[in-house]
Amino acid sequence: MLDNLDEFFKGFGYTLFLFLVCAVASMALGILLVAMRVGPIAVLRSLATVYVSVVRNTPLVLIFIFFHFAAPIIGINFKWVQVHVGSFDFTSAFATAFVALSLYTACFVCEGLRSGVNAVPMGQAEAARAIGLPFGGVMTQVVLPQAIRASVPPVASALIAMLKNTSVAAIFFLAEATAAMRGLTNDYSSQRIGIFLCFAIGYIVLVEIVSMISLSLERRWRVA
Amino acid sequence: MTATPEAAVAPGSARPGEPLVELHGVQKWYGDLHVLQDIELTVGRGEVVVVIGPSGSGKSTLCRTINRLETVDQGDIKVDGKPLPQEGKALAAHRADVGMVFQSFNLFAHKTILENVTLGPIKVRRTPKAQAEARAQELLDRVGVGQQAAKYPAQLSGGQQQRVAIARALAMEPKVMLFDEPTSALDPEMIKEVLDVMVDLAERGMTMIVVTHEMGFARTAANRVVFMADGRIVEESDPETFFTQPESDRARDFLGKILKH
Ligand SMILES: Nc1ncnc2c1ncn2[C@@H]1O[C@H](COP(=O)(O)OP(=O)(O)OP(=O)(O)O)[C@@H](O)[C@H]1O
Ligand SMILES: [Mg+2]
Repeated sequence: MLDNLDEFFKGFGYTLFLFLVCAVASMALGILLVAMRVGPIAVLRSLATVYVSVVRNTPLVLIFIFFHFAAPIIGINFKWVQVHVGSFDFTSAFATAFVALSLYTACFVCEGLRSGVNAVPMGQAEAARAIGLPFGGVMTQVVLPQAIRASVPPVASALIAMLKNTSVAAIFFLAEATAAMRGLTNDYSSQRIGIFLCFAIGYIVLVEIVSMISLSLERRWRVA
Repeated sequence: MTATPEAAVAPGSARPGEPLVELHGVQKWYGDLHVLQDIELTVGRGEVVVVIGPSGSGKSTLCRTINRLETVDQGDIKVDGKPLPQEGKALAAHRADVGMVFQSFNLFAHKTILENVTLGPIKVRRTPKAQAEARAQELLDRVGVGQQAAKYPAQLSGGQQQRVAIARALAMEPKVMLFDEPTSALDPEMIKEVLDVMVDLAERGMTMIVVTHEMGFARTAANRVVFMADGRIVEESDPETFFTQPESDRARDFLGKILKH
């Protein structure tokens, strides 16, 4: 195992990269979705509701399969993605994983944020409207700042689940941590258990870091 | 002992007596429940109107229709001669001109007292921050909570929070102030400090529509008492007449009940 540390770190490098870009994208899309779901425009509301219930209820693997095999048939593919940073190659396998995971995780982020929005008393939005704030101002100045605090725990859970879900990309040709682990266990089958443990610890460390960030945000943003 | 509006209203709006808030033929239903029935009400500039009536008679609903926190099914409502906008920017602008004070204060929990008062002026009126803060501090001092400016709402007593809520509404320089049972969530010893602020406001010539059962306030500050029951305005008169010689049985009955306590 020690001889193959570079493969270990390279695998987790992909995992971490994938996690970070998906976190940003699924947060952005999740915020958009929740704004649509609680907003005043009926069409957008139903659109977001349908999106969330369809995507959330589809197994992640199916979504990956869709972007790998079905989407290219209807002309959606990521072959044009060719980014190389140091020894990392970000190609269509990475882009597909990014799109599938972000679209999937955004639903959970949306639902987490929505539970936060529901935790903000009606009177807060009413008072904000009463001083003349338009819908956008009511949301950005009053409702969302409080909702985001209340939704740190559920959103963190969604992101932690996503971090572990990055391993699904291993099946779809991305050389992230789980794929690296599979390679190593094949090459050194006598040391299988040690290799498993190392990779498990790798995931645990990453998840713990995310939990700790979430805890500290929760503490810092506690509503007075 | 009522106000002398000429002396106190803001320059430019000094046309006391002219109608400022007008409701004509207003009807509203919640499903089968006819909460507002044929409401006709005109409130003049600088006038203080107290709305009184049994629970469920539609007082809050009436109050909330005036800044369109509730929509109406029929009839029209005008403020300063203009019909209420339906939605969007125009509606937001209308609401900025109508101050509202809620029973449960509804101060923004994540903002300091000062930020609660400056939010509207900065975001809606586009007042420069320094100017908005100076004005907010002035208003907080006026309602007696100037020392608390840096605190969060949860650190204040109910009476203090409600006075901040009044300052927050005043910071928008509203044409009219709506109060929906501003003291009924307060402990007795805090009621007076809020009522004092409201009486002061009335004396400065603010146009006010106040849902309250505080007879002391009605007697000192109100020009008119409107009595509601079952979604209708049953009786309207000056406070003294209303409390001593109510015309309707409903009002007599209601006063009998609240006076016993
Ligand atoms: N959102 C709503 N949906 C359905 N019915 C409602 C709603 N809001 C109020 N009502 C009903 O409308 C009637 C009038 O309510 P409103 O709050 O205006 O009364 P009120 O005179 O302010 O009473 P209170 O003194 O208890 O505050 C009540 O019977 C109430 O149950
Ligand atoms: Mg009420």
